[in-house]
Amino acid sequence: MLERRHPDLTKNREVIIRVRGVEVGFGERTILKGLDLDVYRGEILGFVGGSGQGKSVLTRAILGLVSKRAGTIEVLGRNLDDLSSDERRQLERHWGVLFQQGALFSALTVKQNIQVPMREYLRLSDRLLDELAMLKIEMVGLSPDAADKLPSELSGGMIKRAALARALALDPEIVFLDEPTSGLDPIGAGEFDDLIATLQRTLGLTVFMVTHDLDSLYSVCDRIAALGEGKILAEGPIEAMLASDHPWLRSYFHGKRARAVMTGGAQG
Amino acid sequence: MAQGTLAQEPDMTIDRAGGQTTVHLSGPWTAPHAQRVEALIGEIEAEADSFPVLFDLSGVERLDTLGAWTLDRTRHELSAKGQADFANASPEQKILLEEAAYRDFEGKPKPRHARSVDFLVDVGQSVAGAGKDLVGGVGFLGELISGMVRVVIHPRRFRGIAVINQLEQIAYRGVPIIVLISFLVGCIVSQQGIFQLIKFGATPFVIDLIGILVLRELGVLLTSIMVAGRSGSAFTAEIGSMKMREEIDALRVMGLDPIEVLIVPRILALIIGLPLLTFIASIAALVGGGLTTWVYGGISPDIFLDRLRAAVSLNTFLVGLIKAPFMAVVIGIIATLEGMAVAGSAESLGRHVTSSVVKAIFMVIVLDGLFAMFFAAINF
Repeated sequence: MLERRHPDLTKNREVIIRVRGVEVGFGERTILKGLDLDVYRGEILGFVGGSGQGKSVLTRAILGLVSKRAGTIEVLGRNLDDLSSDERRQLERHWGVLFQQGALFSALTVKQNIQVPMREYLRLSDRLLDELAMLKIEMVGLSPDAADKLPSELSGGMIKRAALARALALDPEIVFLDEPTSGLDPIGAGEFDDLIATLQRTLGLTVFMVTHDLDSLYSVCDRIAALGEGKILAEGPIEAMLASDHPWLRSYFHGKRARAVMTGGAQG
Repeated sequence: MAQGTLAQEPDMTIDRAGGQTTVHLSGPWTAPHAQRVEALIGEIEAEADSFPVLFDLSGVERLDTLGAWTLDRTRHELSAKGQADFANASPEQKILLEEAAYRDFEGKPKPRHARSVDFLVDVGQSVAGAGKDLVGGVGFLGELISGMVRVVIHPRRFRGIAVINQLEQIAYRGVPIIVLISFLVGCIVSQQGIFQLIKFGATPFVIDLIGILVLRELGVLLTSIMVAGRSGSAFTAEIGSMKMREEIDALRVMGLDPIEVLIVPRILALIIGLPLLTFIASIAALVGGGLTTWVYGGISPDIFLDRLRAAVSLNTFLVGLIKAPFMAVVIGIIATLEGMAVAGSAESLGRHVTSSVVKAIFMVIVLDGLFAMFFAAINF
């Protein structure tokens, strides 16, 4: 198991994503009600919450895919509302997104998928373009012959890896992962967690991970933020989550499934 | 050259002191500066002549996988000629240099053929593909008929509601556009007919022309082409997306036959709907033609109807109508086969919908030609 850094280190760190008072709703329904959240540079933040509570909505609001009714979102110190479309494009180079279903372009091979953002933003020679795509493919643990396969020929785990390689194509500073281990078997999920942790260390990434996977929360997340009732219920390292007496957090972290993970973790 | 720590561009200086080459790197060696990085790398490779070569990373502000990869690749290429190493790399840079260490990605090169060979291969594949389509079509026709026979034997398995539902989609909702198009074509043909026949003083014969042309050929052809475009494409897209999302497999494992559930109702609806639409289209075209002869040729509707009654017989009408169910089967089979051939990607769905419509229209016209020859041979 990977060594978890000491949670106190986050105290004096630079805030890379600052969310303040964000309100998002659809029609009559308000999903996020004045949500505040900080993500620090270089951490892996696990973002948990019940289904339909708005985990994906917050992610999509930060990415600009959903419009918010109120509040501010700052990424890398810049308010997203103040940016011109050019500045926004510049900023988007600094983040990579792994969608839940991978969202690989089905008409392109894995290698071409990874090269899409590179072609769009970088001016590279063909040789370097090929080499870098292959490097990313290897970094995410895919075999080189996966490069020329179409997404429809890949297994679920391979799709996640290929999508991660595409998210990392521009060497982003922030990576958003939407349920990266959902649909993977426990071994595959564990390997994917390790992969995220390794890449986070080598590339110095900040990882914003929406997840339901208790194993991921225990093994790779530096800090956890729990969402409920449109707000952050609690945030902090896993120990703080376990100590919280909020009813939802108690049933989430002390339920039958959570206990199995905890005892398993204690033995391992 | 910038040796400072705040250089905006990646840079390097080469220092040949003491029998070795030291390359001092500075600035950000990152993806946004890829062009400059590649140019510098080329310079280093050209100029590093005395070994050992030492890459001094102390001035590098930022390094990403692109920078690390290009540097390690250069180091690897230079080390073929002599010693080459990194110096003064920070711990993070060391990790990155290790992660992006040079490795050979050159797999086996793909065999390349001359263009003429590619062309021949393409032709051969198309011919084989057409042959396979034909065999598949006949095989599917058999499956369809056996499916229909099963439904006849077990009438409880007949899905009446599905047939009605499809009839609404295929026939009822198609009426306005098909009426409009047929009406306009009727107008145009009769107008041109009048302009040509008026030279011979034979204007009334335009009614014979319209009556026979519309009832024998135009009505059924226009309707079939419209249905192939409207319903054939929808049909392929529906079945294709169901196939993509494993819904067809779900039907199978529930013990339901996809042919019985999905395809028989659609093709039955086509077989019932297409003759109905053909009839409506023919009437609309005749109305259009009648209106035009009235306006341009000064032939009153009474005379038009009298003349029409003399010009066409029941045969003329039946020739058009008999063809309609055959067109329906051809459109249905092509649409289903294309839908079933969809695999995986959205692109594949688009390709098959296109080819469903193109093939169906092509086959409808070919079939119409064959019928024309057949009816001529039997003097019908």
